[in-house]
Formats: sequence, C-alpha cells, structure tokens
Amino acid sequence: KENCRPDGRELGEFRATTVNIGSITTADGSALVKLGNTTVICGVKAELAAPALDSANKGYIVPNVELPSLCSTRFRSGPPGEEAQAASQFIADVIENSQIIAKEDLCIADGKLAWVLYCDIICLDYDGNILDASTFALLAALKNVQLPSVTINEETGLSEVNLKQKNPLVIRKHPVATSFAIFDDTLLIVDPTAEEEDLATGTVTVVTDEDDRLCSVHKPGGSPLTGAKLQDCISRAITRHKEVKKLIDKVIKSIKPK
Amino acid sequence: MEVAEEAAGCSLRPFSCEQGLLSRPDGSATFVQGDTSVLAGLYGPAEVKGSRESPDGATVEVLLRPKVGLPGVAERSREQLLRRTFEAVLLGSLHPRTSITVVLQVLSDAGSLLACCLNAACMGLLDAGLPLSSLFCGVTCALDPHGDIILDPTARQEQEAHAVLTFAIDSAQRKVLATTTRGSCSAEEAGLPAPRPISGRGGVAAATRAGSGL
Repeated sequence: KENCRPDGRELGEFRATTVNIGSITTADGSALVKLGNTTVICGVKAELAAPALDSANKGYIVPNVELPSLCSTRFRSGPPGEEAQAASQFIADVIENSQIIAKEDLCIADGKLAWVLYCDIICLDYDGNILDASTFALLAALKNVQLPSVTINEETGLSEVNLKQKNPLVIRKHPVATSFAIFDDTLLIVDPTAEEEDLATGTVTVVTDEDDRLCSVHKPGGSPLTGAKLQDCISRAITRHKEVKKLIDKVIKSIKPK
Repeated sequence: MEVAEEAAGCSLRPFSCEQGLLSRPDGSATFVQGDTSVLAGLYGPAEVKGSRESPDGATVEVLLRPKVGLPGVAERSREQLLRRTFEAVLLGSLHPRTSITVVLQVLSDAGSLLACCLNAACMGLLDAGLPLSSLFCGVTCALDPHGDIILDPTARQEQEAHAVLTFAIDSAQRKVLATTTRGSCSAEEAGLPAPRPISGRGGVAAATRAGSGL
C-alpha cells in the first residue's frame, strides 16, 4: 500500500486524540492528553506573589516540561536534558506569543499582589510529538482552572482568600500546535511517532490560534524546506486547529458545573 | 534569483566579519551587525567521549554563552536550534566518531542576536575548514505595527514590533533551514504563500539578505 505509514495512517493523519480534564483534584486545574500512545499530563497550581517591579500590573505564568525517565529509556534521571529544556522554552514562547492569558488578568492589586500559575507538564509515555501534546494539555488545563477570589483587607493590608467562591480564567486565545517530521527535504508527515522522529531529518512545529494567526513557526534546524512546503504545513495546522477546538469545547461542556 | 525592490526598512545595518583571530580553537570568527557582535570558536573534528560517539557521523555540540549570567533554558533552546542547523549542513559522515564543538560568546546584544550567532558560526565553520554542503546565513525580520518589514532590527525595533521572525537560509537552494518566531502574525505577513521557493514580502526580504550576505 502506498503513502502509508507503519501504523497504517495516511501522511496527513493524526493519531487518536483523547483528553481528560480535572483528574488531579489537588491541583487548581489539570488535563491529561493522549495522542496515540504519547501521554502528557498538565497540572496548574496557583500561588500568590508580589508582581515584578517593572510590570506591577502583571502576574506570572511559569511553564515547565518534564521528561522523566519513566516515559522512555532515552531519558536518564537527573537534571533536565536538552529536549526537556527546549520544550519548556517552546511552551513559554507559545504562552507569550499567543497571549493565551493576559497577564494583567492575573493581577489582584497593582504592585502588591498577583497570581502565579505554575504549569507543570509531565510526559508519562513518550511516543513522539511531545510539543503538540504539551500545548494541548496546557490549553485544556488552563481552561479547567478555577481561581478562588482574593480580596485585600483595607485595615490589615493582608489578603483574604475565599475558597468557596471560584472563578474560571479568561482564556483569550486557543493556540494549537501541529508538528511535522521532514524526510529527505521532500516528504512531510504529520504527528510523528517516536520511531518516525528518530528517522526523520528534521521537524517543524506550527502553532495557530482561532483567528488563523501564526503564533509560532518553530523549525529548529534540520533539512531545508521551501516556502511552499511551509505553507502546506500552515494550512494543515489551521485545519487541525478546528478539530482540536471542537474536541476541547465538547470536553468543557461535558464537565458538570459544581 | 528574484530581485526585490529596496523597500523602506529592507536595508541592513553595516556588518563585518573577522576570521582566525583566536589561536587555540581550530576555527574562529567574529561577526558584527550594527552593535550586535558574536564571537564563535570551533573545535573539531576532535575526540568524543564514549557514549556520545556516533558511528554514522560527527557529534555536534553547541554552547551559547550569554553576555551576562549563566546559560539558562532559553540558551538551551537556541543551542538546540543552532545544533540542528549545523547538522543539516555539515557533512558529518566524513568524520565519524568525532565531535565538533561550536562555542558562541555573545559580546554585545543590540537586536537580531540569533541571526548574528548563525552568521558567526557559519564563518567559524569556514575558518575551521570543515566540509559543508552549503553555506547558510541568519536573518531577522521584524513586522512593525504599521505592517512594514524591518530587516536586521535593533533591540528597540524588536521590542516595538508585533512579530519578529528569524530565518536560517542555505546558500545552495535558498531554502529555509531553521525558523523561529516571536509574537503572532498572519500567514500573509510571514510571506509564505507562494509556489516559488521563498517568496512573499518577508521571504523576499530574507532572500535579499541571503544574497548580499553570501
């Protein structure tokens, strides 16, 4: 059979995507995403902190991607390797470029108190395409976050946290990542597995949002591509965005409000 | 090659390069773009420690040292981009079981830093006499709020722009080796929709830079 991959997929076909929201009850928001065998879980914890001096009206979003030795034999335990650090930087860039959350929304009192969202993305099973799964898990987890309302007591100047009254985060944009593996300068396949990634001569990741704007075109080296091929990647990414958005909306609706 | 009109903002800052200024590394080069300058030092082909040895080709290692402070996560991400770009052009299979180390030291950063790193490394690879399938150059484009393209932006222009795109383009076929973006832009602004290799506003501006740089 031609134009077919070892697992039977077409060149432009994604693996079965499943998402599960709210599985970690101790976190303020969480999501588990499976792209075929690749399993990534994202947990969001919110803490209070003083805003930075040069941006007194902004909170913080701190992403961290971990690739523990649990997920694959290629990762040893110890300090984060290059792939984990590069993935963390990629997620931080996606958050910054797409403005998924306006940091001003995280501010409670100018110059005094703001939210810090620690987003921990942990890979449980590595079968390629970690960037797509991490971005999706982050988006789903942030949509699931419920922040308690915080007021500052006028007299004492201390913050009072009301755990009974919770508000969801305002998610402004929905960035979705689509990754491709390049073979020999000509062939592009979508959603590579770990085996395909090892054999590929390059990778490209395109992040789009719902207005079809490019939040990131990430091609860290690898074999060269023409502009036309990059354009094909962007078109496929825009289509993928619609599929993912539908899935997220379905999941959010299915959660019964408390 | 397509000749682009010299639109406003398609001019580059004065750039210069000097090779062979360090005595210890096998190859060295410094590349200056305006006020941004990067020094590259190359060691290779040299011995590689046991587990990292590859029987198919050379193992490329990149170290990017910022001007102040210790290298952090952002430097690691850039090192990965630079490493994979070099692996794409280096004929590593001619030197199996060896290591090629590229050390980049940022001397001053006044915008377009990643492009300057790419250019310094390319000049360094030439100075070291390593076999390459093509040269490559780095170019940064900034899309300012008016929608104009500024090539080789200064730090201030980068900050004010709503999108900054950096490309690494090879000299043989003018294809894109690496790209990274900051900020968001529509696909047309990025200049990608066209059947010709690298066309559209952003791409043509980048190709002009590639032509003048090489």
